[in-house]
Amino acid sequence: MKRNDGRKNDQLRPMTAKVGVVKNANGSAMFKIGGTTAYAAVHGPRDLYPRFKQDPEKGLLRCDYNMMPFSGHGNRVRPGGGRRSKEISMVTQNAINPVVNLTDFPNAVVDVCIELTETDAGTRCAGITAASMALADAGIEMKDLVIAMSVGMLEGELIADVNGVEDCELGATDIPIAYIPSMDKISLLQIDGEISREDLKKALELGKKKCLEIYEIQKKALKEKYSEKVKSK
Amino acid sequence: MKDKKEHILKALKKGVRYDGRKLLEYRKITVEPGIVHGAEGSAKVKIGDTEIIAGVKIALETPYPDTPEKGNLMVNAELRPMANPDFESGPPGEEAIEIARVIDRGIRESKAIDQEKLCIEKGEKAWSVMIDLVPLNASGNLLDAGALAALAALKNTVFPEITEEGIINYDKKTKEKLPLQKEPLEVTVLKIGEYFVVDPLPEEEELLDARLTVALTAENMICAVQKGGTEPLSIKEIDTMVGIAQDKAKELRKLL
Repeated sequence: MKRNDGRKNDQLRPMTAKVGVVKNANGSAMFKIGGTTAYAAVHGPRDLYPRFKQDPEKGLLRCDYNMMPFSGHGNRVRPGGGRRSKEISMVTQNAINPVVNLTDFPNAVVDVCIELTETDAGTRCAGITAASMALADAGIEMKDLVIAMSVGMLEGELIADVNGVEDCELGATDIPIAYIPSMDKISLLQIDGEISREDLKKALELGKKKCLEIYEIQKKALKEKYSEKVKSK
Repeated sequence: MKDKKEHILKALKKGVRYDGRKLLEYRKITVEPGIVHGAEGSAKVKIGDTEIIAGVKIALETPYPDTPEKGNLMVNAELRPMANPDFESGPPGEEAIEIARVIDRGIRESKAIDQEKLCIEKGEKAWSVMIDLVPLNASGNLLDAGALAALAALKNTVFPEITEEGIINYDKKTKEKLPLQKEPLEVTVLKIGEYFVVDPLPEEEELLDARLTVALTAENMICAVQKGGTEPLSIKEIDTMVGIAQDKAKELRKLL
């Protein structure tokens, strides 16, 4: 099968990652994969209000996913968010939660703001990938980074990093996953479309392999920021 | 707060700002046009640490009943929690609404876009132009940055294609540009104590006495004004502030 953008089945789109892109935040990152660009900023740990939500045992990780109004592929995205962004915020939170040491900041909240400036499928994945870099940049204690990407099934073949045309027009089965390398575990899994049990297993293995490629880019971006700092001093 | 103001005023007396700038000096500005591939027009503007994206979306809509021969124009600003730890998610607050409305007035009142040319079929079908402004990082002077980004984005806006069935195909863009006839920019002049400054830092915005945002066309004609702040201004002061805005607008225009 030939992919519409000329990629091999297991080939990711071109990526760029940068850490420290939002000055006002404690930590931030940008992750671009193909035509999808996600920014993530971390505010906190800071006091959690209303107070009854505070937990003296552990802090709260709160994620907020949002597409900018002009970021969509077709019509303008109405601001204010809807059911979709609520759900994505929730699964993003669950994807990142396992690596963050929440007992470090009792009664507090760490806010992770994810903003998509432009989109071409895989937005929740790009958001998670950026968010975990931003958390690391903020100095939040983490067990590992989290990487997310979407595996697809198109015309009976497995593909990595589903693009917008494959997702919306060609009807690929979309399987966004998030992977935590040190635990060898998957913290986000959604499937939109048909797939057999055997193929799902293969898809997850492919996803894992590809996530490790993105992992290297994340680590490189983090190192770049901090080696720059050393140099400038 | 009072101490902070005294401190800032002392420095202003010596002709120095919080960050070492002169009173009528902007921070470093960069304009990056066309950064959002899905939008019909876009630009990112940085003024110092402030960074804002303007995106233009175009749609086919029915004109408003009171202006059946004109396409619609809309300006909206979203102050998302990312850009500043003090911003909260939810419906736009006072600040976001003021930014959007003042930038809207500059574009609308200068007749920057020939809205009649946006009309395809009187009372039935016309192009709508929707400008969204979203800061990535808010560190003062969102108004000037937003107006500059909006104009830069309008300048690279192209119409999408219409299919035979008369609906928009957003995947295909034409080469046809927006009918821009004026190029409004905005300059905000602050009065702190007896001093006038431009391009305020958040610390300066917090304790300003008065503020005048002036929208100006390329001919340096005033097309919209917003006075902000709690202190009143004399006519002489207003005249001085407009003069400053006109000088600064010329500088900003060179960046486009």
